[in-house]
Amino acid sequence: MDTKRKIRVLATKPGLDGHDRGIKVIANALMDAGMEVIYTGLRQSPEQIVETAIQEDTDVIALSILSGAHDFLFPKIMELLKGKGVDDILVIGGGIIPDEDIPSMKEIGIAEIFGPGTYTDDIVKYIENNLKR
Amino acid sequence: MFDEKDIGEIKEEYKKWSDKLEPKLAKRPERKADFANTSGIPLKRVCTPLDMADSDYMKEVGLPGEYPFTRGVQPTMYRGRFWTMRQYAGFATAEDTNKRYRFLLDQGQTGLSVAFDLPTQIGYDSDHPLAQGEVGKVGVTIDSLKDMEILFDQIPLDKVSSSMTINSPAAILLAMYIAVAEKQGVASKGLRGTIQNDILKEYSARGTYIFPPKPSMRIITDIFSFCSQEVPQWNTISISGYHIREAGSTAVQEVAFTLADGIAYVEAAIDAGLDVDEFGPRLSFFFNAHLDFLEEVAKFRAARRLWATIMRDRFKAKDPRSMMIRFHTQTAGCTLTAQQPKNNIVRVAFQALSAVLGGTQSLHTNSMDEAFALPGEEAVQIALKTQQLIAYESGVTDTVDPLGGSYYIEELTKEIFDRASAYIDKIDELGGAAEAIEKGFIQREIQDSAYRYQREIEKDERIVVGVNKFQIEEEAPKDLLRVDPAVRLSQIEKLKELRKERDNGRVKDILSELKKAAEGNDNLMPIIVDAVKAYGTLGEICDALREVFGEYQPVSTIG
Repeated sequence: MDTKRKIRVLATKPGLDGHDRGIKVIANALMDAGMEVIYTGLRQSPEQIVETAIQEDTDVIALSILSGAHDFLFPKIMELLKGKGVDDILVIGGGIIPDEDIPSMKEIGIAEIFGPGTYTDDIVKYIENNLKR
Repeated sequence: MFDEKDIGEIKEEYKKWSDKLEPKLAKRPERKADFANTSGIPLKRVCTPLDMADSDYMKEVGLPGEYPFTRGVQPTMYRGRFWTMRQYAGFATAEDTNKRYRFLLDQGQTGLSVAFDLPTQIGYDSDHPLAQGEVGKVGVTIDSLKDMEILFDQIPLDKVSSSMTINSPAAILLAMYIAVAEKQGVASKGLRGTIQNDILKEYSARGTYIFPPKPSMRIITDIFSFCSQEVPQWNTISISGYHIREAGSTAVQEVAFTLADGIAYVEAAIDAGLDVDEFGPRLSFFFNAHLDFLEEVAKFRAARRLWATIMRDRFKAKDPRSMMIRFHTQTAGCTLTAQQPKNNIVRVAFQALSAVLGGTQSLHTNSMDEAFALPGEEAVQIALKTQQLIAYESGVTDTVDPLGGSYYIEELTKEIFDRASAYIDKIDELGGAAEAIEKGFIQREIQDSAYRYQREIEKDERIVVGVNKFQIEEEAPKDLLRVDPAVRLSQIEKLKELRKERDNGRVKDILSELKKAAEGNDNLMPIIVDAVKAYGTLGEICDALREVFGEYQPVSTIG
């Protein structure tokens, strides 16, 4: 990775839920840690998310969902990325994701799931250590 | 408030006491250099009559049931009757949720509170592409009057009051409720309940908006006007600080932003030609019960006093009922931890107690498992029992406003009142709540507070038991409530059936009538009632309005 370029993160809310406290806190923390954050706002379709990530050339996609729709939306997003031949974006997720769902989420390529109580510093470190490019 | 001689004596004694303490503090300092609550209000070591020396008891505190209602909106409060125990519930289909309601009513719950799924809240039928993955997840899914008939099956709407957390499509769900009641033989004039119908906090904190502010405000004032004639016992709006607090605000901001929204609704209704005392008594509010116990008690008291002064002095209301802030409270979902979830039972208990000591009219207590999923039956039961324990066992309900007169509580009430008033002045300067949201001011204030709160936890300046102190190894919870994705498919089937059975020509005619009315100034409510009775779907009715009103484009406040 070009050392001068800041890490670019797409912070986004797939689906219809309006709980954006967590993702905004994380967006602020990532910016404080020197990353560049593109926050999409609410109600992003999987297609919009993948398109924005590619257009903005982001290194990371951070997905936040609290409605329980991750079981449909996360696989859909990963499928679209694969379809576009994108395999070098680090995709992480968070929100209300039951522990028992985490293995299946990792299987489809979500690198890590961050639940309630996670420290923002841990997310910063995780991103810095796990970039795919 | 006190005799001058007494005050002089207390001052002297207080001075002596402080001087005596100094050397001790030098040797053994207190736990923190500065004590402050979540609103950033500095907290004194001890409060005394000196803090109340300048206060005017009758003007600022008064008696229960009397202006400025600091001590409560009724003269006897819980000596007369307890608050309404109202658990927010809804998931999957109308059939599933109807079963949960009847279970809760059997358990001694005294009112219903409907949680709708996100497609319903945003005005999409279950067969809409954006509804994929969301149908029935965070609440019950309602596509048409058919579902609503099932939801309230065998629940007598003349006896039970229902609160519905619905905002942009509130008019449609209210119309369905009226239609279901009619089928049960209950006239709309006998219906009691609440629709949330608070669009401004959707823009600033909750996110289930559909239309832009102007037409949204018009739908709201149409509802006010319709209900004042047709559903006179209905609470036409529940002006909500709950979600503002959940989004991260402080207690002071919760009061300020909620009442600023309230001001905007009152202004809109007056501009629409309504009389303040006609709709004022039907305005209701919704607050959060957060962790800082005494700050919360004071917050509720301050909110009552502030709204009373706003309605009387700013809007010249004459009817005391217009000046009363009647409110529902829910314990703070954002304070529930995924770590050591049983601790949440205790958190909820003292949050609920703060709401009761703050004089709430109804209460929802959260379930311990809500940091993982929708609550299971056992967790809901404990949550409801918590309210029953407070009501029947704790004894706090036998005297009105038992903390009133505490030097500390009165001081804190005054402080929250003053600080929230200052915020409202600032919002007035920005052009009112709708403008302040359009400028991103309110969103930024909330997100800054949320970020500060999180950093405090991460720096161990704020302790969360089980999260940053007193952690233990534990297993992940099992048997969480899950909604079957097949719910969407069965709803799609139901919709297909419906569109086959109903008089489609009639639905089409009513929808074009609705569009015409939306372009003009006629009240939309009667046409919406016709539309739902003809089994027009929620999505179809919202689409008709979208065509005329367009959709809200949020402002970005990050970066």
